[in-house]
Amino acid sequence: MSEAFVEIQGLRKYFNVGKNRVLKAVNDISFTIAKGETLGLVGESGCGKSTAGRTITRLYEPTSGRVSLSGVDVTKLSKSQLKAYRRRMQMIFQDPYASLNPRMTILDIIGEALDIHGLAPSRAHRKRRVEELLELVGLNAEHASRYPHEFSGGQRQRIGITRALAVEPEFIVCDEPISALDVSIQAQIINLLIDLQKRMGFTYLFIAHDLSMVKYMSDRVAVMYLGKIVELARSEDLYDRPHHPYTKALLSAIPVPDPDLEERKERIVLSGDLPSPVNPPSGCPFRTRCPIATGRCAEEEPAFREVRPGQWASCHYA
Amino acid sequence: MADLETPRATADPFAPLQRDPSGAERIQRRSRTAWQDVRYRLTTNKLAMTGFWLLILLVLMAFFAPLVWPFDHYTNDLQLNNQPPDSTHWFGTDDLGRDLFARTWKGAQISLFVGVAAALIDLVIGIVYGGIMGYYGGKVDEVMNRFAEILYSIPYLLVVILLLVFMEPSLTTIIVAMSITGWINMAWIVRGQMMQLKNQEFALASKALGASSMRIIFRHLVPNAMGPILVTLTLSVPSAIFTEAFLSFLGLGVQSPVASWGTMINDGVQSMSIYPWRLFFPALFLSLTIFAFNVFGDGLRDAFDPKLKK
Ligand SMILES: Nc1ncnc2c1ncn2[C@@H]1O[C@H](COP(=O)(O)OP(=O)(O)O)[C@@H](O)[C@H]1O
Ligand SMILES: [Mg+2]
Repeated sequence: MSEAFVEIQGLRKYFNVGKNRVLKAVNDISFTIAKGETLGLVGESGCGKSTAGRTITRLYEPTSGRVSLSGVDVTKLSKSQLKAYRRRMQMIFQDPYASLNPRMTILDIIGEALDIHGLAPSRAHRKRRVEELLELVGLNAEHASRYPHEFSGGQRQRIGITRALAVEPEFIVCDEPISALDVSIQAQIINLLIDLQKRMGFTYLFIAHDLSMVKYMSDRVAVMYLGKIVELARSEDLYDRPHHPYTKALLSAIPVPDPDLEERKERIVLSGDLPSPVNPPSGCPFRTRCPIATGRCAEEEPAFREVRPGQWASCHYA
Repeated sequence: MADLETPRATADPFAPLQRDPSGAERIQRRSRTAWQDVRYRLTTNKLAMTGFWLLILLVLMAFFAPLVWPFDHYTNDLQLNNQPPDSTHWFGTDDLGRDLFARTWKGAQISLFVGVAAALIDLVIGIVYGGIMGYYGGKVDEVMNRFAEILYSIPYLLVVILLLVFMEPSLTTIIVAMSITGWINMAWIVRGQMMQLKNQEFALASKALGASSMRIIFRHLVPNAMGPILVTLTLSVPSAIFTEAFLSFLGLGVQSPVASWGTMINDGVQSMSIYPWRLFFPALFLSLTIFAFNVFGDGLRDAFDPKLKK
């Protein structure tokens, strides 16, 4: 693997919830992403994926840790330095209904990106650029004067993508960009993202709550549980030889197209709910739902270690 | 039944339909915006519409009645004092023989002016203060909120009396007095809205683009909080009108010969058993105005948030 373009080191984001109660939404995560690579980040809802994405792009101030983009620590940047870096990293959001300001036209939503960074010298130039960008993502340029409510979910997501593209970023965090969309539209958005990556060389952090789409998209996959990364490996390795019991459980939930195989497949059903990130279990965070947990798991937190070359997992029994 | 059997005639009864990708995302109809929904719910609310038309009527009368009415509100005619209502002086006259119809509508002008002016001042201060407090949160919010709470706890009559040390009793004094504490409610409403909206994805998207906090607050968040802001604005008008009347009633507000419902009621109360019309008309229109604003404001609130309705 080539050198790291994005490097996350010991990143934490805690939220204060009520008196002296701290919610550890992201609890010490580290990984790197190479230029042009797609790293998938998966985990069930509430495990801290969005918080991780938002802290990496510094929409939330990190509690501790560093995020560097081509060697520069983004968490240390001053306000004005950060503004320049915002052009280099962008985000695509989960909910296409909440991510576009309902009171603005598409022209203004996308045009804002140009305004903020002074990328459009004139009104006419701004409009032309927005139309160009809309066409790039497969939307009709004539729709620029319309409001978000006039579009379908898939179209809105394309508009959200256009807004991110407008500042010509290098690194894009995609926070479950398809999970709110109709199944028939999901593939179109995925293909658009892949196509854009091929043409512009984007680096993606692709967040999803199940493994099926991530496999298709990602070069490597990180599996997250309760604010921590429990397994990280190349996509094929993760699918062929999952090491962490949580990864195994997630994989067993993906239906396989072959009915015979599907019949014989061993399905691991996780018992219980996700524990509260306010008081996570002692030792291994997964032990309360783990089918192979032992006494040791309650006492000792497993180290995140390289179980095979390029494959990391945090389980005593991996 | 015949219809059901037709497909069996083909070789494969369950041949897949051709998928038409172009149709998958066609916009079927223009969906209604939130504002169109609000307008629909508001216009179908009878009580709110009654309030609305009553307000229109009151405003029109306040502006045009004094223009066409043959009497003005300040000319004394001691020959004609304390006349009961008749066909010349519809609302009668007061102890100085001034025409009460003219005075009532002049009073309406003052009341509406005070109400709207105070509400607009509250609006501007409340949006700026509440917007900053709610968006920044944390320490900024704590300090700003504490200051607002302290101000809020001072009885406003005390503020008025203190203010009267420096200023003459007048309309301006009343408006200044009301504005010193009046904006706090609006600020709290806006603060609550900011807290709800600031982590919405569209606000985060703007932040991700590099937008300044001011841009996010005033371009993105405030326009999306317009519903609750409008409701609060509408409901703060009647309380300002009432406060003006109350202060004028106490003699702390506008002074004679300017007509205000408050001073007219004060005059009227003193002789209410002998000349009841002198109390009746200003009191009636004050109540009607406050009622109209309140039912309209309530209707507006229900229209913006139908879930609140029982
Ligand atoms: N602004 C916030 N304040 C307090 N708690 C939060 C906030 N945002 C997220 N959380 C909590 O952090 C945890 C992780 O949330 P999130 O990152 O949204 O998870 P995911 O995207 O994986 O579903 C959840 O328990 C959530 O309730
Ligand atoms: Mg999420």
